[in-house]
Amino acid sequence: MYKIVAKEKLCPAVDFMKIEAPKVAKKAKAGQFVVVRVDKVGERIPLTLADWDDKEGTVTLVAMQVGTTTYKLAALNAGDHILDLIGPLGLPSEIENFGTVVCVGGGVGVAPVYPVARALKQAGNKVITIMGARSKDLLFWEDLLRSVSHELIVTTDDGSYARKGVVTEPLKEVLERDKQINRVIAIGPAIMMKFCSLTTRPFGVTTIVSLNSIMVDGTGMCGCCRVSVGGITKFVCVDGPEFDGHQVDWELVFARQRIYCDEEKRSLELWKAHQCQHS
Amino acid sequence: MEEKAKPKLDLNRVAMPRQEPKIRARNFNEVALGYTEDMASKEANRCIQCPKRPCVDGCPVNVDIPEFIKAIRDNNMPESVRIMKGKNALPGICGRVCPQETQCEEVCTLSKKGAPIAIGRLERYVADWERERSSELASSPNLPPPTGKKVAVIGSGPAGLTCAADLAKFGHKLTIFEALHIAGGVLMYGIPEFRLPKAIVQGEVDYVKSLGVEIRLDSVMGKLATVDELLESNYDAVFLGTGAGLPMFLDIPGENFNGVYSANEFLTRVNLMKAYLFPEYDTPIKIGKRVAVVGGGNVAMDAARCALRLGADEVYIIYRRSRVEMPARHEEAENAEEEGIIFKLLTNPKRFICNNQGWVTATECYEMELGEPDASGRCRPIVKEGSEFTIDVDVAVVALGTTPNPLIPSTTRGLETRKNGTVVADEENGRTVKDRVWAGGDVVTGAATVISAMGAGKRAAASIDAYLKRK
Repeated sequence: MYKIVAKEKLCPAVDFMKIEAPKVAKKAKAGQFVVVRVDKVGERIPLTLADWDDKEGTVTLVAMQVGTTTYKLAALNAGDHILDLIGPLGLPSEIENFGTVVCVGGGVGVAPVYPVARALKQAGNKVITIMGARSKDLLFWEDLLRSVSHELIVTTDDGSYARKGVVTEPLKEVLERDKQINRVIAIGPAIMMKFCSLTTRPFGVTTIVSLNSIMVDGTGMCGCCRVSVGGITKFVCVDGPEFDGHQVDWELVFARQRIYCDEEKRSLELWKAHQCQHS
Repeated sequence: MEEKAKPKLDLNRVAMPRQEPKIRARNFNEVALGYTEDMASKEANRCIQCPKRPCVDGCPVNVDIPEFIKAIRDNNMPESVRIMKGKNALPGICGRVCPQETQCEEVCTLSKKGAPIAIGRLERYVADWERERSSELASSPNLPPPTGKKVAVIGSGPAGLTCAADLAKFGHKLTIFEALHIAGGVLMYGIPEFRLPKAIVQGEVDYVKSLGVEIRLDSVMGKLATVDELLESNYDAVFLGTGAGLPMFLDIPGENFNGVYSANEFLTRVNLMKAYLFPEYDTPIKIGKRVAVVGGGNVAMDAARCALRLGADEVYIIYRRSRVEMPARHEEAENAEEEGIIFKLLTNPKRFICNNQGWVTATECYEMELGEPDASGRCRPIVKEGSEFTIDVDVAVVALGTTPNPLIPSTTRGLETRKNGTVVADEENGRTVKDRVWAGGDVVTGAATVISAMGAGKRAAASIDAYLKRK
C-alpha cells in the first residue's frame, strides 16, 4: 500500500498527487515512469514521474482523467492509499550539456517535462521551454517551468491565455531564430510529439519524445507497448520510454493507442454509474 | 502366517475425473476434478512398493514417492503430507502441472506393463486433502533456531519459492523480491486458472510465508536496487530465480498490428489481471471470433484454450512441424483437441494482414514439410515454395517461447551470460561465476518446466546453506 500524502487539482481534469514510495524516490531519475494499480480489480497503467523527493520519500504523479484508473485516482484524497506502485521503470533521459535545448510540454505532458528541463538546466544547458494547452483552464505549473528555464513560451490553442496557437509554431520560430539548437525534447499527446518531430526534421535537430504506450507489467514481459523505431521493434517499457522522434512509426503508435477504445469506454461508463449509485 | 504368494498386478490406472469437454471449453474452472478418497485409495493400492524405487530418482526434487503412497494406503493422510512436504513445498502445484509421464511415472516399475502408478494424481490428492483441512491442521512447521544469516531471493516463481522454503527450513532469514504485485511468477501470470487454480498457488505461497519467508511485492530488482547493492547491504547471499519472461516474436511483417499478442501478454491479461472477468476487473482483452495461436508448446495450448473460454468461435494452433514433434505435453494437446481447438500442422505464418484501422484480419501462411533432423534432434521444417494460403483471424497469439529478462544481468557486475541471455550457473549447485550469487530455473536453462526450476532451487538452497555454514 502506498499512501497519498498530498493531493491537489491542477485543473478540472488534472490531478497532482504526492505518494509515499521512499525506495522508488531514492532511485528515480528524470524520464522514468512508474506503474500503478489503484485497487484489487484495477488495471496496471504507466505514469511518467512528474517529480520525486528522496529526503521526503515521495514521488509526484500528475494524471489527467481519461480512463477508469485515472478517474479512480482522482477520486482518492490525501490519506488514502493506492494498492501498488512499481518503479522506477524505463531508461532515464539522456542528460548532459548539449548546449541549447528546447523542452516542449503539451497538456498533461507539461508535468513530466519539468524534471527533464530541471536536469538539463542543472547539467549546464540553456533551456528554452514551450508549454501549451487547449485553453487557459488546462494550464498548470507555469511558474515551476519558468524556474527551470532560461526562456518560457506559453501557448493556448484558443488564445484564452498567452499566445494563441499550438506549440509547433513557437518551436519553429525558435529553431529559425537560434541557429544553435542542439536538442529538442517533446512530451505530450502523441499527435503533438509527431508534429514536433516533423517541425524539427528540416532543421536536423535531434528530437526526443517520451511515448506513453499501453502496458501491463512495464518490465519487458508482455510486449504490449511495442513500437517501431527506425524499422526495428522496441518495447517502450524497457528500451524507452524516450526515443528519437524522427525514427518513430507514428501511425503504429496511434493505432496501438486505440486497441482498447471500446473496452475503455465501457469500463469507465460502468465505473461512473457505480459511483453515482453510491454517492 | 505371512502371505508369500506374489500379489496379482492391478494394471487398471484409475482415471482422473474431468469436466466434460463441451462444458469446460466455456468456463475457467479447473478441468481435472481430482481423485475421491476411494479413487486415491484404489490407485495407491496398485503400487507394489518395489524396493528399487525408480520413481524417486525420476523426480527432480526426489520426493519419497513409495512412502507417501504407502501412507495413503494406510489411511494416514497427515503422515503422507509430512513425507511430501519434507521434499516438496509446492505439491498442489506439482501434482497439477508436472510432466509426470516423462519423470517419476515414466520410470515406474509398472510403466513396463503400460500402467504406471498415477503419481501426479496422488500427489495432488494429498496436497488437496491438506489444503481442505488447513484450518484444522494449522501445524506450525518446526523450524531450527535462527542462524542470523540473510539471503535475498529474486523472483517468486517455482525456483525462488522452493529455494526460499528450503533455506528458511535451515534457519536462515529469507526475503523474496517480486516484480509483480502478486507472488508466484509464471504460476500466477502464465498458467491458466483451469489448469492451476490461483487459490492453490496462493495457498502454497502462504505456506512458504509460514516458514518465515518475507515476500516484497512490487520490487523490480535491477531498478529498485541492484544485486551488488543487496550484497553490499546485509545479505550474505543472493539467489536469482527471475525466470524467462521475455517473449520471442516471429519477426514477420504485420506482427505489431492491433490484435496480435505475445502469449505472455495474452496470458498475463487473462490470468494475472483477470481480464476474463472484465468489466468487473478493469483490464480488458480483445475477444476474438477466430483466433490463431502460433506455436506448439504448453503455453500455446494454454493460450488457445483461454481464447476458447473467452468466447471464440474457432481457435487454431498453427505449428510448423507435425504432431509428433509438438513440445506440448500429450495430455494438454489432447485436452485442447477435445475442447475443439483446430490443429493446423506443418503450417507457418509468413505475414499478418490488417484492415485500414490497423487491426489484424488474416495471417498468410506457408505449408511446410519436414527435412533432416536439426540441432534440436527434431526434423527441420522446410517451406513449400508457392504454397501460401490465408487463414482469417481477428486475434493472433504468438507463443514461440521466452528468454530471460536482461534487467538483472545488465545491472550486476561480473555475472556471466550466454548469447541467448541465460545466466551461466553450475548445474549441480546453482553457483554463478559471481561470488555469493546463485541462480536456477528458467533464467539458467531457458524456458523449461516448473519442477525442473524447483529442482534447481532446491540444489541451490543446499549449496547456499553449505556456504553459509562454512562462513
